Amino acid sequence: MTAFILRRLLQSLGVLIAVALIAFLMFRFVGDPVNQMVGIDTPQAEVARLRQELGLNDPILVQIARFIANAARFEFGISYQFRLPVTQLLAERAPATLELALVSAIFSLAVGIPMGVYTALRRDSALAKAFQAVSLIGVSLPTFLIGILLIYLFAVTLGWLPSFGRGQVVRLGSGWSTGLLTVSGLKALILPSITLGLFQMTLIMRLVRAEMLEVLRTDYIKFARARGLKTRAIHFGHALKNTLVPVITIAGLQLGSIIAFAIITETVFQWPGMGLLFLKAVQSVDIPIMAAYLMMIGFLFVVINLVVDLLYALVDPRLRATIGSA
Amino acid sequence: MSSPLPGQPVLSVRDLRVEFATRRGVLKAIDGVSFDIARGEVLGVVGESGAGKSVTGSAVIGLIEPPGRIAGGEIVLSGERIDNLPAEALRRIRGKRIGMIFQDPLTSLNPLYTVAEQLVETIRTHEDMTARQARTRAIDLLAEVGIPAPERRIDSYPHEFSGGMRQRVVIALALCAGPELIIADEPTTALDVSVQAQIITLLKKLCRDHGTAVMLVTHDMGVIAETADRVAVMYAGRIAEIGPVREVVSRPLHPYAAGLMGAIPTLDQDIGRLVQIPGSMPRLTAIPPGCAFNPRCPRVFDRCRVDRPEPIEHRPAHKVACHLYDPAERSAALEAQP
Ligand SMILES: Nc1ncnc2c1ncn2[C@@H]1O[C@H](COP(=O)(O)OP(=O)(O)OP(=O)(O)O)[C@@H](O)[C@H]1O
Ligand code: SF4
Ligand SMILES: [Mg+2]
Repeated sequence: MTAFILRRLLQSLGVLIAVALIAFLMFRFVGDPVNQMVGIDTPQAEVARLRQELGLNDPILVQIARFIANAARFEFGISYQFRLPVTQLLAERAPATLELALVSAIFSLAVGIPMGVYTALRRDSALAKAFQAVSLIGVSLPTFLIGILLIYLFAVTLGWLPSFGRGQVVRLGSGWSTGLLTVSGLKALILPSITLGLFQMTLIMRLVRAEMLEVLRTDYIKFARARGLKTRAIHFGHALKNTLVPVITIAGLQLGSIIAFAIITETVFQWPGMGLLFLKAVQSVDIPIMAAYLMMIGFLFVVINLVVDLLYALVDPRLRATIGSA
Repeated sequence: MSSPLPGQPVLSVRDLRVEFATRRGVLKAIDGVSFDIARGEVLGVVGESGAGKSVTGSAVIGLIEPPGRIAGGEIVLSGERIDNLPAEALRRIRGKRIGMIFQDPLTSLNPLYTVAEQLVETIRTHEDMTARQARTRAIDLLAEVGIPAPERRIDSYPHEFSGGMRQRVVIALALCAGPELIIADEPTTALDVSVQAQIITLLKKLCRDHGTAVMLVTHDMGVIAETADRVAVMYAGRIAEIGPVREVVSRPLHPYAAGLMGAIPTLDQDIGRLVQIPGSMPRLTAIPPGCAFNPRCPRVFDRCRVDRPEPIEHRPAHKVACHLYDPAERSAALEAQP
């Protein structure tokens, strides 16, 4: 088991270094940072001094090593637009994105799994067919359209929910601002979470349904029936447990993409999170922010992958055995 | 518990019909099957693929699922009719009074539960026991089916056992509530040849010890000859011949059974050698009128193409569904037989 974890950690490190290289290349080739920082009338000597100061005259390998070393300490330099440390900018906006992603993920699992189980068990009922139809819409409509439709219905027409922003937030400790503790904060979360989570929800529903139908056809379910086990025990014990094994993997990976895809939802709802920050950074070629965001998303995917793999091994004894002997 | 009265069969199937509604119409998978199994008796069931052996077993244990349905007949377990029971009552019978063993021990066990969990769950579904009592019972059962060091092995997962050992676990699961009847559907087909005999011996011993009746589906005539008391030969959803194993194996009556036993003396063939019967079983959608075997039968005659033969008790406790044995035809047709 330890060998397995070590091997996976090494792999993760490799992936992160690769992402760091890409982020670094962005610095070098998307735009010259010095040109971004100085005006047209800055004297040539000043430019040269800045270049030296930023270490841009050092050998490329030294620069890469420095970039990675800084990244490992979560230092990504100063934003060109805001003239503030990138880390600070991201940290300020992280709670908004993470809360949104978390609520979306919970929504997609809490609704997607029961819907999937229901549509598998009651395949021919009208409700199951309705779920199937809705899921088709969820998969095929683009996120921004869903967001706009929801805003139109619930914010503009009915006026029940806000159409933008986080509502009132409360500061927890030094860094974390939460919208989970006020009514307006919670109300503001509803539409963006549904928008962001709908795609994942339909994906999870369809996955659970397909997986469950497959499991229900297996010999061990037939044998469980032949032993006279109660239907409830067969469906929600034997079948569901086997269904959820592959679902865990996908759902875990989806969490990563929820955070990554938050860019669109945050834009539609003017949600003050990291995605919105990234989008603004792209518009003004604010490379430190772009690089940091890229690194962060890469880091997130790697961590989630790792956790999912370990979780998978915990749930499935067959895998545990192969890992244990490896 | 309703144990059968003396002389009363554990299982009595009367004129069973099972149909599957498919896109191409209704398939009569089982069409008028009748047989009995007595306490402690092993009934072997043979016949080529698609003859309806598994469907018969599923019908008895109440596991025919849509689009299939029992379209007629009766299934009587120790004097009690069970084919028309509500689903919940049937569930209580499954595992408790009728046990079932499937072909593939590798896939019959839930991979995510330990053997202990699966045994304890099954025992506690049928018996009023604490988890601790059920575990003790489970360990005893594993010992009885020949699993070494059961107190230790019980907490293993299925994948930690070999195929033969897994089939022993499956047998323990099927026997754990002390059923009156076991349906074993090709219990050794998926196993190594080397362990097949052990499993059959074990099954036979357990059922003899407990007086359990067995319906043993198999393709292996050797297993039938060694294990079964009686044998039923199925063809296209019907029983072609049923009788004591020695008689059916050594002196089969039905031309199809004779083909199966390899006892048809054709041109240059030695008696006893397995004979491949030419042709194949008709699809259920295209069963010929008259006798279903007529297109392949070496002894077919006019009446076979119009009239469907019904089982006739040709010898005591030995029935055959073939016009050759109709007393009215005998004088004419049997003269040709040496
Ligand atoms: N779910 C189903 N839907 C439609 N037809 C079915 C279904 N299950 C079984 N049948 C039909 O019933 C017939 C009998 O099948 P069965 O499985 O009992 O054969 P078998 O004698 O057990 O064959 P084998 O030796 O291959 O196991 C087959 O012709 C099959 O096509
Ligand atoms: S009834 Fe006729 S066709 Fe059918 S098995 Fe007997 S002889 Fe052959
Ligand atoms: Mg079969």
